Amino acid sequence: MGAVSLTNIVKNFGSFTAVQRMSLDIPEGAFVSLLGPSGCGKTTTLRMIAGLLDPSEGDITIAGRRVNDVPIHKRNLGLVFQNYALFPHKTIAENVAFGLKFRGVSRDDRERRVREALELVQLPDVGSRYPGQLSGGQQQRIALARAIVIEPDVLLLDEPLSALDANLREDMRVELKRIQQRVGITTVFVTHDQSEALALSDHIVVMSKGRVEQTGAPEDVYTTPATEFVARFLGASNILEATCLTVDGDGVTVEGPAVGRLTLPRERAPHVSGPGPVKLAVRAEKLKLERPDAADTSAAGDLVLDGLVETVDYQGLAARYFLRVGDVQLQAINMIDSHPFAEGERVSLRLRPRDCTLLAGSTQ
Amino acid sequence: MGWALIRGWTVLVYLFMFLPIAVVVLLSFNASQFGSFPMTGLSLRWFAELAGNEAILRAFRTSIVLGLLTAVISTTIGVLASLALVRYRVPGRNLISTLLIAPILVPEVVLAVALLLFLNALAVNKSFALLLAGHVIFTLPFVILVVQARLVGIRRDVEEAAMSLGASPVQTFFQITLPLLSPAVLAGMLFAFTISFDDITGTLFWKPGGVETVPTQIFAMLRNSISPEINALGTVMIVLTAGLPLLGIAIARRMAMKRGG
Repeated sequence: MGAVSLTNIVKNFGSFTAVQRMSLDIPEGAFVSLLGPSGCGKTTTLRMIAGLLDPSEGDITIAGRRVNDVPIHKRNLGLVFQNYALFPHKTIAENVAFGLKFRGVSRDDRERRVREALELVQLPDVGSRYPGQLSGGQQQRIALARAIVIEPDVLLLDEPLSALDANLREDMRVELKRIQQRVGITTVFVTHDQSEALALSDHIVVMSKGRVEQTGAPEDVYTTPATEFVARFLGASNILEATCLTVDGDGVTVEGPAVGRLTLPRERAPHVSGPGPVKLAVRAEKLKLERPDAADTSAAGDLVLDGLVETVDYQGLAARYFLRVGDVQLQAINMIDSHPFAEGERVSLRLRPRDCTLLAGSTQ
Repeated sequence: MGWALIRGWTVLVYLFMFLPIAVVVLLSFNASQFGSFPMTGLSLRWFAELAGNEAILRAFRTSIVLGLLTAVISTTIGVLASLALVRYRVPGRNLISTLLIAPILVPEVVLAVALLLFLNALAVNKSFALLLAGHVIFTLPFVILVVQARLVGIRRDVEEAAMSLGASPVQTFFQITLPLLSPAVLAGMLFAFTISFDDITGTLFWKPGGVETVPTQIFAMLRNSISPEINALGTVMIVLTAGLPLLGIAIARRMAMKRGG
């Protein structure tokens, strides 16, 4: 059993079900992200682990102990909020020492551990200041130090980077990863930001409408989405209604609009068992654009389509194109080599079948 | 031209409001034995007489004790009520809130008579405790309004953070919520004290025989004659009821400054 496990957790608010029968096992020392849009139940789940909400059904265990009836102040966990939630009337040192006072740590030990925690977050000299005198990023580091210094069984982070501005957020992300790896603490991270989840996590739990859509390593979740929701939520994907024609040991053959007929390796369609309606997901960055007159260097099996650039969304490093292919619109994100394709330009779209994913048909 | 008129008018309004008070303060230092102009010299004589007047000193003690008890009880109840109303989902929350604020809206005479009749119906005699209860009811809305406003501004996640670190709900209240609430608690206490200290309408109805507060004592003295002692007493009252809140605001401001805003 992992450091934290949820077994058949349900949370109802009146007639609204915020979390629907969720089970999750978080291994010791792992960094797990709960990722989803607002209202997907990720924060509700975190608050149940914290003990700020009681589950309607199911069991929660932390470090092997069932904690359903254990109040928050006896769960030994570290909690970091979006808005830092530092105690404004206490100095930074008092803030960090707060949890130690309830653990019978002697004064000398307390001072030493506060000093170490402040060094860990690279703010060793702010102990005598008040939270109001620090910047947002500094306050969030202090909040992290305050949560870690008590050596909690699990660290719970509720959108801790969302209140920071973009540049600072990336610095803090790196910092957070460094501290988490250094301390080796089991961490549950709630976010709606896919890049944060992909960059930080050992495991990502993608949630939607109170359900777990997919659980897996960042790479697996990104490259092999299990559902249309995951394909759309993580990165930019083209989803085409297609028909599965045959399934055999080596491959799956589908026919769809624009792409025509193609055969995918079997492992690209783990959720498709036989012929019938399916959805073909193609990541926008897997559609490679080329000038139609460019020498044809296509490797065997590549699919090449003709398209027309309808809209260009220039992003500096890359550009996002909306293309007309047959009677469907596809989007492609390509790095810009010298200069981007122009609107109205005719292009070739190259696609490797093994970069596509087949999703179960219209069950949504 | 228009602005000059407005300015002039404003000055007149302030004069109308503050001149009588200034006159009382000025005359309290008058050496003459008549409490009126012309002044014959500066003297602290009436303050000395005041300090020697047993009835006034007794009224003063009563008022202070009554004011302090009102402040403490009213603030305690007010803080607890605000916590319940702001932090918990109490059924009938709006109704309770309205009822607690209602004493401000009801004319004081009506409130005074109502409480008296109610206690008569229960065959309870007038007592100091009844007087105190009346003052608490009357000052409670002010405390609740001030404390609630502040409590809404204290983020719930600060308390949640404290609990996650191992503080029980009671420890969280005393170490986090109450200190953050302290400016409002202080303001509520000052409100309750000064309102209680000033009050005459309710007090006249509720006080048991033989007990006088400073306002009822002044009222009783005025029925006989206008003694210069009353001017001196008035000056002391003004210093107390205006000075205390000012002092409170200064303390609250200093506390806020220390935390860097």
